Formats: sequence, C-alpha cells, structure tokens
Amino acid sequence: MATLQEVCSLSAHDKRAWCVAWNPTGTLLASSGGDKLIKVWGKEGDNWVCKSILADAHTRTVRSLGWSPCGNYLASASFDATVAVWSKKGGEFECIATLEGHENEVKAVTWSCTGSLLATCSRDKSVWIWEVTDNEEFECASVLSVHSQDVKHVRWHPHKEVLASCSYDDTLRLFREDNDDWCCFSTLKSHASTVWSLTFDKTGSRIASCSDDKTVKIWQEYEPGNPEGVATKDNEATWKCVCTLGGYHQRTIYDIDWSHVNGDIVTAGGDDTIRVFREDGGSDKNQPSFSLVASVRNAHSQDVNSVMWNPAVEGLLASCSDDGVVKIWKVAEQV
Amino acid sequence: MTSLENANPLVFQRSKERAILPEEEDDNVIDKIDSREVFDMIRGINDPEHPLTLEELNVLEESKVTVNDDDNSVHIFFTPTIPHCSMATLIGLAIRVKLLRVLPARFKVDVELTPGSHTSDVAINKQLADKERVAAALENAHLLNVVNQCLGGRAK
Repeated sequence: MATLQEVCSLSAHDKRAWCVAWNPTGTLLASSGGDKLIKVWGKEGDNWVCKSILADAHTRTVRSLGWSPCGNYLASASFDATVAVWSKKGGEFECIATLEGHENEVKAVTWSCTGSLLATCSRDKSVWIWEVTDNEEFECASVLSVHSQDVKHVRWHPHKEVLASCSYDDTLRLFREDNDDWCCFSTLKSHASTVWSLTFDKTGSRIASCSDDKTVKIWQEYEPGNPEGVATKDNEATWKCVCTLGGYHQRTIYDIDWSHVNGDIVTAGGDDTIRVFREDGGSDKNQPSFSLVASVRNAHSQDVNSVMWNPAVEGLLASCSDDGVVKIWKVAEQV
Repeated sequence: MTSLENANPLVFQRSKERAILPEEEDDNVIDKIDSREVFDMIRGINDPEHPLTLEELNVLEESKVTVNDDDNSVHIFFTPTIPHCSMATLIGLAIRVKLLRVLPARFKVDVELTPGSHTSDVAINKQLADKERVAAALENAHLLNVVNQCLGGRAK
C-alpha cells in the first residue's frame, strides 16, 4: 500500500479548473479553466508559483491543454470552437496560431510523438488531424466523422502515428493513416456510458479508459498471428477488453493517466476522489489484475476533472477540480 | 407562442409554506438540509410554456426529492406533463442551474426524469448528467437567457 500526500495546493482559477498538463520534462505545469485563462506554474525554491498567465486567446472555457513533445509549444482547446497554439520563447508565451474549423466546443487537443501532427475533437462529433509545417503553420489533414456523438478525448500512441478517441457514444476508436488518408481501423465497445478519457501505457499496446459507467477498462492489442490465438481481421490488430475495474469510484470517472515512469494508473472523478491502481506482480497480460494502492477521499472539495503524472518524477502527479484549485500530490510508499 | 404542446395542463394546488420550528431558530442546533428545503428552492421555477410553476404543474413533487445531507447528495425526479414534451431538457437544465446557484457546492446533484414519464428519458437523463454539456450550455447567452426566464420568478 501507499499514500497520496499533498505537495501543494494552488488557487489557480476563479471558476472550474478543467485541465492540468505537465510539460515533457516535468518542470512546468499548465492549468486551464472556466475563467478562460491558462496559467503556467513552475517551482521556485520549494514552492510552486504562477510563472505566466495566458489570456485573451479564448472567449469561453479553456477545456484542454497539450504540450508539444519538444516542450516549446502549448496548444489550448476551448468551448469557443477554436484551438490556440502558443510558442514559448525565452520564458514568454506568444499565441502564434488559431485553428478554426470545429463547429462548436473543442474538448481535447494532443500532439503526436514526433510533434508533426496535432489532433483535436469536439461536440460536433468530429476528430481533426492537423499537420504542423516547418514554418509553424497548421494545415488540416483529415476530418474524421465516425463517432455518432460528442468526442470527449483524443490521445496519440506513445511512438506510432496512431490516434485513439473516446466519446459520448460509449465507444473508443483507433485511427491511422492509410494510402494518404486517415481511417478508423478499430472500434472498442464495452463501456455502458460516455467514455470520458483514455490513456496509453508506455509500450502503446495497452489502453486504459474511464467512463460515466464508473469503471476503468484495460484494452490489450493483439497483432495478427498473436501467440494467444486471438482472431484478427483483414491483417489488422484486434483490441480486446481484458480487465474491468469497478466498485471503486462512486460517480463518473472524468480522467485517467497511465504513468510511463512506473506503470501506475491514476483516476479521478465526480466523487472528489483520486485513486492509484497498480498491476499485481505476476499478472497475466491476457487477464491482468490491478489493485488499488492509494486513494484520497475529498482530494478536492468538488469534482476532480483532470489528473496527470509528472513525466519525469516517479509518483508525482497533478490534479484540478471544479473548486478551481490545482494540487500536486506525491505517492509515498509505505514500507 | 403560437401553439402550445400541452394547451390545457392539469393545474395542482401549491403546497403551504414550510412551518418554521423553534429549533431552526436556535443557532446551536446543526440544521441539515432536507428534502422540503430543496423542494422549496425549486418549486417556484416557471414552466417555459405556461405562466405556472413546476409545482403547480406537478412536474416537481416533494416526495420525488431525496436529500442526504451527510452524503452531500440530492436526487430529483421530475415529471413532464406529457410524455413527448420537447421542453423536458430545458426544464431539467433549469432545475440543475437553480440548485447549482443556491445549494452549497459540496452537494452532488442528480436530476432525472421520473421513470416512464418521457419517451426519450434515457437520452435526456444522459444529457442532463453530462456536466461538460451543461457547462457549455450555460456559456451560450441565448440558452442562459431562456433558463434565467424560468428561474426569474413570476409576479405574485
């Protein structure tokens, strides 16, 4: 077992705080909220302080943030139907592009592992893929309209150009480029309600998703010709739900993140609780088992909307809530 | 409005004002929020179609308000006057918004259609439970205006 210890609590936003995002080196934390602001936090001595406030780019809630893999760009997605791209030069952030095209609220934005692609999704049911050109321009490469309802979240595979999305239509979808066009090659069905978020493990062969059905599901990829003998179609990998974690969260689970440092999974949701799950030693890949190793009830005074592991420091994570507060936590192992 | 969906709704009697008990005026007694209190917060919401309140149309009833103060939970079933009411989502939204504004933030509020009271109850309940959609709807000036009209309270 372990405990989650609060490292710091930051009064970040006057309204709901919707998203927290660490930069790739884990030295800066960006947060956004219903106050239409983006704040960037950094450590000074022992304290986390607000280093920059990014304002005036959005006219409505800033729902989601994504750092480019090089750490020089931050993208922000807003209910105002636009995505802004900010360039960090010498500590100052400058808005260098506004991506327009979605019909209404943009709910998530994420960069591919190489930084050459950006993906966004919206209540307009579509997923957009943008190509980043050498001179900091963004061109729409594809509009994918396969979900039948709002698309809640998008995430790229950790080292391939494969994109995953999840939706109010209760499914997850996987996309890749095929003959110059993007297509959906897999639909993951098992959740009984809205899938709010998803996360790849370090290898990219597993996805964990969280839902309004109060469960977490672990999906395993099976390549054609896999030794387990799981059937594949059209020489395409099959994704299968191999584990369902239920009975923990009492309300909707809004966010999930799979640590690429130590493999722990963190979840948070409408029951104000943050939970950390760890795969059991000797767990079978085809039937894995996970245990709850740490949890904090009333981690925030209201719904927890976003959680993310620090990509560099083991066991460090950030969260934010409807109460407007951003918190940093440390998983402390009990000997 | 040219044609009403339900032109002649059944009108119900309003309930009496809540009687104030002596302990409620005693500052030393911890006064938990109960179902009557929550019902009082929402019973005066105006129907979007009629110059009547949700209580007078029996859309809201005290018996369908469940409050657990210790657990910070409020659950409300509301019943549209007709099973294909196109205003059901708006009514649910108005109830949610009212409670968002007046209840302490610690409360978790669920607003649902009374089972069997609407032909699209599953879809509407899912929409009302999606806080991201509710948040986005409230940033829409037109929709917010319509909701505020329901919450405005009518002239006595």
